[in-house]
Amino acid sequence: MERLKKEDVHPKIVEALLRDTDITIDDALENEMILNMGPQHPATHGVLRVLLRLDGETVMNAVPELGYLHRGYEKMAENMSYYEYIPHTDRLDYISPMANNVAWVLAVEKLAGIEVPLRAQYIRMMVAELARIASHLVAIGAFAMDVGALTVFLWTLREREKILDIWDILCGARFTNSYTRIGGVANDAQPEALAKVKWFIDQFDENLTECEKLLNSNRIFIERLENIGILPADLAIDLGVTGPSLRASGVEFDLRRATPYLQYDKIDFNIPTYTEGDCLARYFVRVDEMRESAKIVRQVLDKMPQGEILANMPKKVLPKKTEIYTRMEELIHDFMIVNFGINPPVGEIYHAIEGSKGELGFYLVSKGEGHPWKCKIRSPSFNNLQALPYLVKGHMVSDVVAIIGSIDPIMGEADK
Amino acid sequence: MSVKELVIEKVKNQFPNYQIEFSEYLDELCLKINKENIVEICSFLKNDEDLQFLLCEDITAVDWATRKNRFTVVYHIFSLKNKFRLKIKADVEESDCSIDSVTSVWRAANWQERECYDMYGIIFKNHPDLRRMYMPEEFEYYPLRKDFPLMGIPGSLPLPKK
Repeated sequence: MERLKKEDVHPKIVEALLRDTDITIDDALENEMILNMGPQHPATHGVLRVLLRLDGETVMNAVPELGYLHRGYEKMAENMSYYEYIPHTDRLDYISPMANNVAWVLAVEKLAGIEVPLRAQYIRMMVAELARIASHLVAIGAFAMDVGALTVFLWTLREREKILDIWDILCGARFTNSYTRIGGVANDAQPEALAKVKWFIDQFDENLTECEKLLNSNRIFIERLENIGILPADLAIDLGVTGPSLRASGVEFDLRRATPYLQYDKIDFNIPTYTEGDCLARYFVRVDEMRESAKIVRQVLDKMPQGEILANMPKKVLPKKTEIYTRMEELIHDFMIVNFGINPPVGEIYHAIEGSKGELGFYLVSKGEGHPWKCKIRSPSFNNLQALPYLVKGHMVSDVVAIIGSIDPIMGEADK
Repeated sequence: MSVKELVIEKVKNQFPNYQIEFSEYLDELCLKINKENIVEICSFLKNDEDLQFLLCEDITAVDWATRKNRFTVVYHIFSLKNKFRLKIKADVEESDCSIDSVTSVWRAANWQERECYDMYGIIFKNHPDLRRMYMPEEFEYYPLRKDFPLMGIPGSLPLPKK
């Protein structure tokens, strides 16, 4: 954090920062202080920059500045085929890339009208829920680390490492998976991978309880979070906050239940909600959600049928590699799909899934060409961050760190 | 009566004189309205007892490049009560590239409209804080317009002072 001079800050940001006060920035530096937090600050979880107006140690106003990780993914999507874009979705929410892959292919399949085999749907549900666990583990660990409990971070990352190992077996990559394909998944879930998932789920509850014990009976942790950053339910909805942050405010809104996709309507799970809406409630929601996700994965393992993992639609879905090398027809289709794309009919759709941070949606406009005419990413982190100025007002500087951690923004997704 | 019919009927009864087109694609209902009426229709959809579109999910625009009305601003709103998503579209021509802001209806629209302004240069009238969202304030172009090259424009991004 550094103290800023007037010429360091763009006049429009100064205007936003000093809107509700009659002081000027010159005497603001006398009585109140403008403090720059980030973009290179470990507690901002990436490259989030927040300008804080302080009176003593109390935050009077905050202006988040985004765009330090803006890579123009929406522009890039307009210039590449639907298949080519799958690896780029990994880089949006890089803590849970699997969920992004699932969200993208579901949107494209809705646009192109592709029916996915049942086994592929169950595999997708499994990886999406494991991604949610992996994401929440990082969220809780980093959150606890921000408020001073370092050990939990090591323990939750140990658990996350096991999920990365599962992904290694499943698709050969640990971090940027690109596992799903339009019409299915890249390769079948091997018995070895499923056995490892089963093993992980069986031991997970115990290990999570261990992590919880470190925190739930930790007075420093509780006292630093209780009644900090309270987000009332109506304000949360008005600000477009979704995901765990919204459910911590007492709104039972989960897209898996509200607009079921994949096979979530056949699965039995609860939506954990808390009414307090403070940082502690957001932590509790994440812990409960991980248990629910584990429950979902267990049911998915039981219900997963045998069968195909890729839809049989030669003009839309890439054929298997062995068939390309041996059959003329498949070779032609492969050539057409790779070079010209899958050409969905003219139209536009919006499809959203419940990502680990909230509602992750894709708005796609097709003109019947191989690449989308327009792709809009509705990222949960971007919308959740909008609540930050409302949450930090009146709290201490050290609470800002806790509040950012409790929202759990991922800047790759917020900045696109 | 399904939610879809309810929305259509309610909107038709409330605004009999307005030009509103209803369309449906893949089970997604879409209202196409004139841009002058956007705030009025949005606040009705939000405040109506039976509809309650409380959540503004997304605001974006589409650049059609060659059409007479070059841009279409697209709103996605969600009703938590009915579990129903609605799409609202309003055309904006290039010569008068502006539309009324809906920040007075949903506070979530603040950043979403800023992003749309940053990427397409559409001015949202009465917006409380219309700054660029991602690009630096000195940037002169609108990157998601179709006439902006994919490679970018050399020299358009100022390097930070040493």
